[in-house]
Amino acid sequence: MFKKILIANRGEIACRVIKTARKMGIKTVAVYSDADRDALHVEMADEAVHIGPPAAAESYLIIEKIIAACKQTGAEAVHPGYGFLSEREAFPVELKKAGIVFIGPNPGAIAAMGDKIESKKAAAKAKVSTVPGHLGEISDGKHAVKIAEEIGYPVMIKASAGGGGKGMRIAYDRKECEEGFELARSEAKSSFGDDRIFIEKFIEQPRHIEIQVLGDKHGNVVYLGERECSIQRRNQKVIEEAPSPLLDEKTRRAMGEQAVALAKAVNYDSAGTVEFVAGQDKSFFFLEMNTRLQVEHPVTEMITGIDLVEQMIRVAAGEKLPFRQADIKLNGWAVESRIYAEDPYRNFLPSIGRLTKYRPPAETSVNGVTVRNDTGVFEGGEISMFYDPMIAKLVTHAATREAAIDAQAEALDAFYIDGIQHNVPFLTSLMQHPRWRSGNISTAFIKEVYPDGFAARAAAGDEMKVLSAVAATVDHQNNARRREITHQMSGRPVRFAKRRVVKIGDTVQLLEVSGGETASELFYVTLLGADDKPQETLEIVSGWSPGEPVWTGRVGGKQVTVQVRPILNGNNLAYRGVQAPVRVYTEREAALAALMPEKAAADMSKFLLCPMPGLVKALHVAEGAEVKAGDTLAVVEAMKMENVLRAERDGVVKKVNAKAGDSLAVDAVILEFA
Amino acid sequence: MKHVLDELERRRDEARLGGGLKRIEAQHNRGKLTARERIDLLMDENSFEEFDMYIEHRCTDFGMEKQKTPGDGVVTGWGTINGRVVYVFAKDFTVFGGSLSETHAKKITKIQDMALQNRAPIIGLFDAGGARIQEGVAALGGYGEVFLRNVLSSGVIPQISVIMGPCAGGDVYSPAMTDFIFMVKDTSYMFVTGPDVVKTVTNETVTAEELGGAKVHTSKSSIADNAYENDVEVLLQMRRLMDFLPSNNQAGVPKLPTQDSPDRTDKSLDTLIPDNPNKPYDIKELIHKVVDEGDFFEIQPSFAKNIVVGFGRMEGHTVGIVANQPLVLAGVLDSDASRKAARFVRFCDCFEIPIITFVDVPGFLPGTAQEYGGLIKHGAKLLFAYSEATVPKVTVITRKAYGGAYDVMSSKHIRADVNYAWPTAEIAVMGAKGAVEILYRSELGDPEKIAARIKEYQDRFANPFVAAERGYIDEVINPASTRRRLCRALNMLRNKRVENPWKKHDNIPL
Repeated sequence: MFKKILIANRGEIACRVIKTARKMGIKTVAVYSDADRDALHVEMADEAVHIGPPAAAESYLIIEKIIAACKQTGAEAVHPGYGFLSEREAFPVELKKAGIVFIGPNPGAIAAMGDKIESKKAAAKAKVSTVPGHLGEISDGKHAVKIAEEIGYPVMIKASAGGGGKGMRIAYDRKECEEGFELARSEAKSSFGDDRIFIEKFIEQPRHIEIQVLGDKHGNVVYLGERECSIQRRNQKVIEEAPSPLLDEKTRRAMGEQAVALAKAVNYDSAGTVEFVAGQDKSFFFLEMNTRLQVEHPVTEMITGIDLVEQMIRVAAGEKLPFRQADIKLNGWAVESRIYAEDPYRNFLPSIGRLTKYRPPAETSVNGVTVRNDTGVFEGGEISMFYDPMIAKLVTHAATREAAIDAQAEALDAFYIDGIQHNVPFLTSLMQHPRWRSGNISTAFIKEVYPDGFAARAAAGDEMKVLSAVAATVDHQNNARRREITHQMSGRPVRFAKRRVVKIGDTVQLLEVSGGETASELFYVTLLGADDKPQETLEIVSGWSPGEPVWTGRVGGKQVTVQVRPILNGNNLAYRGVQAPVRVYTEREAALAALMPEKAAADMSKFLLCPMPGLVKALHVAEGAEVKAGDTLAVVEAMKMENVLRAERDGVVKKVNAKAGDSLAVDAVILEFA
Repeated sequence: MKHVLDELERRRDEARLGGGLKRIEAQHNRGKLTARERIDLLMDENSFEEFDMYIEHRCTDFGMEKQKTPGDGVVTGWGTINGRVVYVFAKDFTVFGGSLSETHAKKITKIQDMALQNRAPIIGLFDAGGARIQEGVAALGGYGEVFLRNVLSSGVIPQISVIMGPCAGGDVYSPAMTDFIFMVKDTSYMFVTGPDVVKTVTNETVTAEELGGAKVHTSKSSIADNAYENDVEVLLQMRRLMDFLPSNNQAGVPKLPTQDSPDRTDKSLDTLIPDNPNKPYDIKELIHKVVDEGDFFEIQPSFAKNIVVGFGRMEGHTVGIVANQPLVLAGVLDSDASRKAARFVRFCDCFEIPIITFVDVPGFLPGTAQEYGGLIKHGAKLLFAYSEATVPKVTVITRKAYGGAYDVMSSKHIRADVNYAWPTAEIAVMGAKGAVEILYRSELGDPEKIAARIKEYQDRFANPFVAAERGYIDEVINPASTRRRLCRALNMLRNKRVENPWKKHDNIPL
């Protein structure tokens, strides 16, 4: 076995690999760019080598620098993680020349699977199910119909030269096929000057299902079940699970065996993933093979109990797989959420900055429920613009899908992040969605369920009760403490009214708090109806004390986790994607607060605001300029992405508040209109 | 007996109705509460005891003898806030527009006298139309009596003014002499002369809001210490503020029990200072992570944002915090920042509130605007305030402490008790670049030589150890341990006793 390995990566995956190496007694070497000097993976590794400036192309992607780092530290092998150099054929080749072992597949396998067309050919040869289609010339509509009928409807008619949706048609029958073909051809000719058309099977409501395979250098390959990654946003996976709610044992075996056949065909000798697109009818077709460890590998680890990184290291060292296919048993269900530094309320724009608070839920394994958090960041760390905005992968494992989702929701509710915007509210909201819970999903799920983007959910049903009870308890505990302040008039203990009005957003709940006189005593919250009659009494066990960011405890026998952020005279509570300012008043205070005027939010329509923290690349208008709706006003760069800001309506620029080169905060005013 | 009790209730009910239901409704329609409603919000439930609710004015001019309302436009009395005694007067806009008459003033001075004699804070809620013109000079006399008591109470008991409606003319000077002024956004304004007079005298057209609204006074004039959205919000915040303040200058700070451990360390502070010395960071993050439960009551958050001042607690005891804010103007000291901090430091010293100072200051702001504006004397105010303060003073230099500003910001040389520095601290006469440009003027043409000189200077002075070698810094501490260090230091200083030489009073450069 290796004594020392180098991890040619950063972030959570570098930390993840280091953990396993440590467990195996292998020393680790991290590499880091200028931007990662204080990063977690550098701190966790036994040694760290600086490899250049922040841009990946000048550091993490330079093979010579990695090899030099190996030589400098005496690392015998390199784990590439995912991304960066992990799927570059040249990397293992160069490593081999330098006498360093690549912890991954052989270069031949990478090459064979790296090319989309070649890999499809290899798949077809290995009898892996591929999307039926016709790549040859199609003479006319009749010919198209003939082909379509061979494939089976619906079919997709597409311009060979086309990209995006241009010249693409979906046909469900003969008539549509004939018409569609003609239209597609003329569109293709006018758009691309090339009227070649191809037809392939169209999969409705497709699902993304992939098979994890693992091979060694002795010709053994097994499959470790599937993962479903259908919850995607713009082709970016957001939530993954294993197993898939779609598959039955038969389909699983069929997919697994095909994946193994493909892996064997290319002499695959490490961890890899064969991706399929699946129809709701459990038909499945090969997409591509990823010759690396996948981001979402933890869900497979949770249900198989196999440490994939450990196996990658062992097979790279020449060991034989310690198990055969028959030994692989799937146990329970695992769900993973990817936590991204992006603002769900602003169309998921990237967010950068300092993590002023970062309190992930505790990693635990209690009563068959496991919480695991693969992370590469820490409180006080910086999310920079240079790399992937994923900051953590939260994984929960339990006996059933429902239990795993419940655990995931609970863990997400406890995931407290401040300083940057992040998608936790979106994820925890999604966990409550009935369609997700039913398992009736497809890759269009997010687009269909959140067609207008994400907005904070309103509290519904029991959530209102929970929030009221938690708010009342927080208030009660704060008051109980204030009662203990020194320098009071003697002999006159301060009493607080037990009847309280909880105002959550615009709704009010009258209730009565009792108990909790001593620190260990239980609270009781009795919800009162409009008629003042008690409706329900909830027993509260509070594990919270003033100042803590997360309230955990039990409300009416149910485990509850609520995030508490102080605001003026109240708290902002966050729970299951519901976020609301909550104030707890006495009845008198509530009555007087009701007299206070509603103030309209300031009208910002006359301003162009910076949608994210970023750098002004260019300003296209000057003061006094007349602009038309749709005109480019400014370009702001954030996270390597140039965002073009356009005029929403016609107008005249009154004032320009920024210039090219300025670093702006979110909501900074760039332009004012007359 | 029963009928006498009934009569008492009748008279009470009449007085409590103030200017009558119609005027109360009008007050509500303006988005404002009545004087008694405001007091209800401010005080502990059922703790308010009203004095002088039957008082009526004695004016007989202009038909005033026919217009009398018990209470005479102001509600006065005392009660408790979380069990601690507080005196209060609240102008009743529903009675003669809250205008001040001789008897009205008497009600206020009675409460002021009691507050001073009994050493408890006094809070005034303002919402009034100024002097009662029908009374003429008698009203003016009343104002003077109030002003005198504001001055005599100053530095003995905390005095707080909340502006909750109009406050003009003679009414403004009483708040001006109290410790803190808070305003309500959109419904309150303060000025000496109103828009009409302004128009007549200077021909300026200006609205009341533009002349003296909450925005003006919190961000431009610095008259007000903060502003809140509405009556309820401001009064509940006053309850929060009172929990920080001592009852008088000898009582010592109140203590609020906390479960926040004094030994809590915070690793994230180790990365608060960015690698790049020109990159700003938010000093409020440090404040929130150091004080008990992150509870910080900021004073003047919208004015001179290059310095942050406010109250927090350490181990339950109130502390005043002064901190340069690198996010704004690099945390430089200018006239506004110096005045803002000086006044705060003096308040803390009056009332025996220990002061924590976080230093990251590149110096004083250069320029004609500052010099013409009297930066020398404004800067001196802060220097003076820190120097004369005898309360426990603990200082933490987080990054830059350059030039004269280093001395001013609660340095060892002006009697700070404990001076800590983070390892990132740079205590020097000026930044390396500036120093080299003066020291090696002849080499300025050679960028290579200059770069080497800058590095040399930086290596020598851009650290806390040169100062520590001289004892100007008592200890260089880990940022993560700042709370623990501060709690220990403040605990050690709890019985500090220092007396300045006897004097009638000092002569601070006003």
